[in-house]
This record gives sequence, structure tokens and C-alpha cells, in this order.
Amino acid sequence: MPTSTKPWRSSIAWNRATDRVPALADAVPLQRTMHGAEAPSSRLQLRDALHSLHRRGAVAVQDWDLLIRQARRAGLLARLGHEMADAGLLRSVPAEPRRYLEGECILAEKHARDVRWEVRQIKAALAEMGAPIVLLKGAAYTLAGLPPARGRLFTDIDIMVPFESLGEVEAALRRAGWDSGDITPYDERYYRRWMHQIPPMTHALRGTAIDVHHTIVARTARHRLNARKLFDAAVSVPGDPVLRTLAPADMILHSATHLLNEGEFERGLRDIDDLHLLFRHFGADPEFWPLLLDRAAELDLRRALYYAMRYARCFLGTPIPEDVANSARLEPPGTALRAVMDRLFDRALRPAHASCRDAFSRVALLLLYMRGHLLLMPPHILVPHLLRKAVRGKPKEPAPRPGLGDPF
Amino acid sequence: MTHLRTPIRDLIDEIARLYAGHPVSTAETFADFHVSIAPPMRLRRWFRPKAQFLVDGIEPFNALPLDQALPMFEWGLNWCVANYANHFLILHAAVIEKGGRAAIMPGAPGSGKSTLAAGLAHRGWRLLSDELTLISLGDGRSIFGLARPVSLKNESIDVMRRFAAAATMSRVVHDTVKGSVALLKPPADSIARVAEPALPAWIVFPKYLSGLPALLEPKPKAAIMIEMAKNAFNYSVHGARGFAILADIVDACACYKFTYADLNEAVEIFDRLEPRH
Repeated sequence: MPTSTKPWRSSIAWNRATDRVPALADAVPLQRTMHGAEAPSSRLQLRDALHSLHRRGAVAVQDWDLLIRQARRAGLLARLGHEMADAGLLRSVPAEPRRYLEGECILAEKHARDVRWEVRQIKAALAEMGAPIVLLKGAAYTLAGLPPARGRLFTDIDIMVPFESLGEVEAALRRAGWDSGDITPYDERYYRRWMHQIPPMTHALRGTAIDVHHTIVARTARHRLNARKLFDAAVSVPGDPVLRTLAPADMILHSATHLLNEGEFERGLRDIDDLHLLFRHFGADPEFWPLLLDRAAELDLRRALYYAMRYARCFLGTPIPEDVANSARLEPPGTALRAVMDRLFDRALRPAHASCRDAFSRVALLLLYMRGHLLLMPPHILVPHLLRKAVRGKPKEPAPRPGLGDPF
Repeated sequence: MTHLRTPIRDLIDEIARLYAGHPVSTAETFADFHVSIAPPMRLRRWFRPKAQFLVDGIEPFNALPLDQALPMFEWGLNWCVANYANHFLILHAAVIEKGGRAAIMPGAPGSGKSTLAAGLAHRGWRLLSDELTLISLGDGRSIFGLARPVSLKNESIDVMRRFAAAATMSRVVHDTVKGSVALLKPPADSIARVAEPALPAWIVFPKYLSGLPALLEPKPKAAIMIEMAKNAFNYSVHGARGFAILADIVDACACYKFTYADLNEAVEIFDRLEPRH
């Protein structure tokens, strides 16, 4: 790497005493083979920076300009800011990139306020029903005060209610102002017959989106699971009599299957970083790991957990005990398949930024997209569905970046 | 600092003229935004060609006719600042300065705030911005400028041609969503002093009203506060702190509404403004 004298480009080698043993012997060599010692080191600025920060090691930033762009695109700018502040490094960041880190942290605080407010509205709308409301993903992390909540930006709120309450919940939400808007009869059927959620609903006045789930994997998916088990294990949100979140193991398994089996990777790095933070948080208690392995077997989500642990360790240095990560109980893939998946997920778990793409990225994302769909539905449903999507385009997504209308 | 990549010759020429006084970086400096403006890769390329604004691969709004590339660049940059610069409290207001004191001029599109800011900037005031007032979160008072070209619409294009005949103006782009648009280069002094902050002294809600003498009237502060909050881009992002900063600024300023038809009269009235004690 040629050294430069420009301040924004300087290699700031923060040498903080490594108070933690470098995570795992296996993680480092794999990473080296996967994006090569000779690969341009600027390419994976963000992933490498997070890896170092998580291990409380030195962080060398070659190119602040690129780091900020990758982090913004990955939805990780505020999290990067928080991680740097925790490590006592934020003040040594050059002023220009620092103000974007700080500005994004302010935006993330606003999103957290909005999510708490919105959850109160949802609770009020569903107050009379008495059915349990389980918060999923970001809303769960925020309300339960878990590490992935910090610096998080939201596009919607995910909740889970029992399948038999769906009709009632949907009607109550409609009365309170949410609506699924213009949706084609095909999309409507697609969601209701095959998916693990009903069509996304948007609030008529606030424009906020809510996804109502009844389980965590699609109804057609190869891995079927009994949603009853998720509700039975759900835990209360501290200080709230109504709201629940999934149990810690289920929360991780949901995040893992959502990221690794569904074939969409726009926020791939953010999602694997969520998993890293959850593993580290719940795994601080050594009793947690056997529970997690048991639950993965019980819910038939072994493979997703295997990959989640493998890539969290490898890309982010997550502290997971060796015998857990390579447990035979997870029925790990053979070495040939694993080598292929390593190469595919290496591409998928990067920021969706042009600088992170290589010659293989497009193919890798396409293959994972197809794999996601094959896991999701049997071929007799899948083929007509994909053909239709190719002709008509994807179902409409809710609008991004809540809270800011078009200013001009 | 903005990093722009475009193959559109006409856009390059216009930017070279309008931004001639701005510093140009040849080295790879830290850029606030990485923007690309190019025809999208579609069949439409040859039939009614369009230009697409991308900031780091994200397309904040739909492609526009190729002819509108220049106003699109300016609107796109406004979008970038309004969405990404959350280290400021950002008001939708023009802002000008004299003697270190700033006049904040909020107003709906079409209220004449850009024309008024451009006119005053050519009569001894310094232009900070015709569209975005950036308030520092550090001290909650200092206002920072951008010194970017002023976006003139419809009749105001000819008004400014007559009022500041020597000023550099882009060619007029017709049939945009805002009608005809031309961009006016800020005076050299405004560009040279872009890094210099100003302290808020006046809040003036301008309104262009033809055929009447210019009139400056005091406006109640509570109403101003509400209007200012409505005219902010990221007021809600800053929560309680945003409220406190805005309230302090409204408190510290003399507040007016201002109707005018003639820029010369407007200049006379603005030059007599006294900061509130």
C-alpha cells in the first residue's frame, strides 16, 4: 500500500491494547484466502474496520472517503460511529468524515424515538384483542435494549401474531389507519398463501410501514416449523406487560434464516453484523451455546445457524467457541459445498456499494437469489412465480427513509 | 466538496462557468458527496434522451430530460445536503449576511426568496444560500453558507438580468417542474468568504407582490416559530435539541414579514435593518 501524506487518507493505526485474545485461529486464515492478501485492501474498508473494532484491535483506515460511502450504503454509518466512540477513537477521526458519523448517529436516535412512538400506536390499536404481540428484528432490539439497536435506521416495524388472530389484527390495524394500499390480486394471494407475513401495511397519515408476520419462515419453505413453539418461548419486554420478543435463541435463528436463506442482500453486512452483536451479547453466558444448538435442531434451522456462525466469525471475528461453531449437531455441509458457499457469501455480505463488487459479485448474488427461492418454495410454485416477476417486476416495496418527505 | 462525474459536455461547460470562482481539487480529497449525472443505460438513450442523478449509486428522484441536467445537479445537491448533513439543523430558507449578522428568509417556493437573496447579494450583502440555512449544532447559533449558484425561476430571470447585468448566468432551461430555470453565479466575495459563519439577527418572511410599495411589518414570534419549524428539513431529526436551538434563534432575532415588488426598494429597507438589542 503506498502511503500518502493527506490527512483524510492517512493510515491511522490506532494501537489500542488488545484486551481480548484475537478471536479464533480458524477465522483469520479463511479470511485471507477469501479476499486474498494481494486483493486491493481498499475494497473491503468497512468490513475490515468493523472486524478490527469488534476485536478491540488497531484500526487502520486507508481511505475515509470510501469508508464513509460504504458505511452509508450499508446502513452502518451510525453503528460505525458508535463503535468508534466506544473504542475511544472518534475524536481522532478527521473532522470531515467525523461530522457524517455524528450526523448519522443523530438520525439513528430520531429513528429510535419514532419506533418507540410507533410501537405505542400499534399497541393501542391492538389493545382490545389480548393476543400476544411479538416484536421482531429492529423493533425488538430497540425495545429490549439489545446491542444491534444502536445506530440502527428503520424502514418498517415487524411484529408477529398467532396465525389464528391474523384477521382480527389486520382489521384492528385498518381501523387505526394502516392499509396495504394498491396491491395486485396476484401479490395479495402470493403473500397470503405462501408467505410468513401478510402484505405490508402503511399508515395513511404517518406513512410508516408495518409487516405483520405469523411465523418466521415462509409457509411453503422446506424448513417448516411450528410457530406455536416461538410464541411459547417468547419473553416479555422489560417493563411492558403486553409486548414480547422472541427468546434469545429464536431471535438469532430468525435473523440467521432471514439473512442466509432468503436470497436478498441489500443489507447483508448490516445483518451479519447484527448476528455478530447478538452472538456476543447472549454468548457471554456459556450456558447459552448448548441451548442455541438444541433449538436449531428443534426448529430445523441447523444449516442457517451453521453459516451464520461461520461468517460472523470469519468476517467480523465473533467470539464463538470452536466446538459450537463446528458442532456435528449442525450437520455442516461437505467441504466442496462449503467452499462454494464461502465464495458466494463473501460477495453477499459486503456493502451494496460499487467499490465492493468484483467480477464474481453479480453471479454470486444471482445464485444466492435462486437458492433463496428454491429454499422458499417448491418448483411447481417457484417457476411460474419467477416468470411472472420477470415480466411484471417485483411487488412494490414500501418507501425508504421515513420521516423526510421530498423537500423540493 | 462534491465529486462529480458526467459525460454531458453541456453540463461540464455550464459548471465550469458557474463554479469558476470555487476551489477545484485535483487531488483525491474527501468529498461530501459522490455524484454522477449520465444518460441511463436504456433504449431511451437515443429517443428523448434523459439524464439520471446518482449519489453513490442511489437515485433519489427519477431521470429528467437531458436538457435539464444543470438544474437537476443543483436540486440533487440540495437533496444530498438536506438528507445527509444531519450534523446541522437545516431550514428551508435563503440566508444573507452583512457585518457578521445574518438575515434568514424562509418562504414557500415562489415567495421570491431566491430573487431577494440574489438581489441583495449584488448590493453589498453576502450570499450564504438561497435555499438551505445550515445552523451549527455546536453553538446552536452559527450559520454556515454554501455560496452555490442561485436558482432563478420564470420572471425573476429577467428581473435579475436587469438588476445585475454583469453577473454570470447559465442558459435558461424551459419546461422544468418549476417552469423556466436559470442559475446565477454568486458574487466573488460570497464565494471567497464561504467558510465564514454568521450569527442570526433577523428573520424575514418575504413575499413578492407586484404593484405595491415594499413593506416591512413585525411578525409575532410564536407564529414565526411555527412557520420556521414547518420550513425546516430536519427539525424533527433533532428532537428537543432542534426545538431549543430554533427557539433561541427566534428569540434572538427581530422578526418580520416583508412584501416587495421592486428590488431597489428592498435593498433600501434591508440596509436600514437594525439588529435587535
